[in-house]
Amino acid sequence: MYPRPIPQTARAARALYVALVAAILVVWLAPLLAIILTSLRATNDVASGNLWGWPTEFGAVDNYERVFTQSPMARFFLNSLMITIPAVIGVLVLSTLTGFVLAKYRFPGGRAVFAMFIGGNFLPAQIIMIPVRNLMLTLGIYDTHWALIIFHVAFQTGFATLFMRNFIAALPGELFEAARAEGASPFQTLRHVVIPLVRPALGALAILIFTFIWNDYFWAVVLVVNDTVKPVTAGLANLRGEFVSQWNILSAATVVVAVPPVVMFFLMQRHFISGLTAGAVKG
Amino acid sequence: MGSMPALPTLIEGADMHDHWRRHREWLSPTLFILPGAAIFGVVIIWSALQSVWISLHDWDGMGPMTWVGLGNFEELFRDDNFYTSLKNNLIWLVVFMLAPPIGLAIALLVNQQIAGMRFLKSLFFVPLVLASVAVGVVFTWLYTPGIGLLAIIFSAFGATAPALLSDERLVTFAVVVAALWPQIAFCMVLYLAGLNGLSEDLIGAGRVDGARGWRMLRHVVLPQLSQVTFIAIAVTAIGALRSFDIVSVMTQGGPFGSSSVLAYMMYEQSIFSYRFGYGAAIATVLFAIMAVFIAWYLQSIYKAERGNG
Repeated sequence: MYPRPIPQTARAARALYVALVAAILVVWLAPLLAIILTSLRATNDVASGNLWGWPTEFGAVDNYERVFTQSPMARFFLNSLMITIPAVIGVLVLSTLTGFVLAKYRFPGGRAVFAMFIGGNFLPAQIIMIPVRNLMLTLGIYDTHWALIIFHVAFQTGFATLFMRNFIAALPGELFEAARAEGASPFQTLRHVVIPLVRPALGALAILIFTFIWNDYFWAVVLVVNDTVKPVTAGLANLRGEFVSQWNILSAATVVVAVPPVVMFFLMQRHFISGLTAGAVKG
Repeated sequence: MGSMPALPTLIEGADMHDHWRRHREWLSPTLFILPGAAIFGVVIIWSALQSVWISLHDWDGMGPMTWVGLGNFEELFRDDNFYTSLKNNLIWLVVFMLAPPIGLAIALLVNQQIAGMRFLKSLFFVPLVLASVAVGVVFTWLYTPGIGLLAIIFSAFGATAPALLSDERLVTFAVVVAALWPQIAFCMVLYLAGLNGLSEDLIGAGRVDGARGWRMLRHVVLPQLSQVTFIAIAVTAIGALRSFDIVSVMTQGGPFGSSSVLAYMMYEQSIFSYRFGYGAAIATVLFAIMAVFIAWYLQSIYKAERGNG
């Protein structure tokens, strides 16, 4: 272990250490704490400039209620779910298939296909923006949920293929040899060997992809314009114009946007971290 | 590695009538990989190539395209906004390089196995999972003159905080600091994984030789983390060049284009000014710059994989 572990017996040193880390953590998360505190403030206090002093009344319920009733946030939230969930499922299905083939079969051009998935993953969004927008216009799905679903499925399949291919390649080879020896077809191998074994990887991948898609902002402003289709990220940017200087409302809306990925992260923390480091490709 | 041969010879005694059975060994894998490869190839790779083609044209996004050769690029290299954006991308790149060392410092700080530390550790990761739009709004609020947290801190010392987002000289730095926050968390995650994989033998040997503190870090620990450091630097550089969301949310490139970056300039020229050819040219230049880092990264990942295999 490095740094050297603080010994179990040094109780005072341990307590001091934890206190120090907690203090640094408060500074580290100060921006987030500030927005959470502001989201609890009553409109009267915000209007009278009492933003950091002791609140005269609490406005938490009122603020969050207004976010959902006086802004289209409920709609944005639903849109985000309607885009993110199908896209995640699509990515998981496609990348299990591509990952399996790239990990366990050798074929001409296999390396090139794999390189395409990895390389494409790093492309700046701007280099594909105009043609992707045109494609959605041509398909007649520009400004619908489908535009974002299809784009995210396509793009995330690059990262997900890399992830699944590496996971499947690391599975014990004997299982695949045994399946072959018993005359299992590729489909049977997929169904009875691969799918049961990749479940944990799919879990890790699902939360990573969920977070990437939920947090996407660029494609949300490029591929949709209507409030009835917009996801939360683009929606939040809009609300800034609508609720100028009503920082309690804006803060509450920001918290609403931030909550789903943070909850996902805490529920499946270990998966998330191992997935991110295994991939280590996403910026 | 238990990889299967892709094109096995005919299964002995295979039924001649059973056409499918004979071909499924290569047909099924082909069918498996096709949907993923096709959608990725068409939507992502083909689009990138098309952009380069579009960059050689004048196009409003709807009407016919007019061939202008390298005209867009010539105009770009005479455009002051291009140099402002390029300079800002450079500022992003330089300031972002603080993320790996700060991430390492926090990783070293929290890498202790004490009850409760796991939870504290995971709280350090939180900025990483926040939407960049949310990060943008949070920092806009912090920077708000008069009432933001920054203003409160300054006034506690009897000073007045500068209006960061409306100051042409400071705005880019203010925006980068916001983006740096999740980037540090990302580097910290990488380094924590790296610290877990350190060789106990080498650390022990270092301790026997009397290496401690800084010397231990420099001569024993950091060399073992060189791969992680490389990934952290490369991914951070690519992230700096990709920056769009936070600029769009916090300043929309303003005031007067002073905080624009290439990615934002491209978006603005295409979506707001309907200059798709010009936008594609900016994207092509941005991609060319990034390609250097991408190639560098992929090449060493490839080398590392070979080394391990």
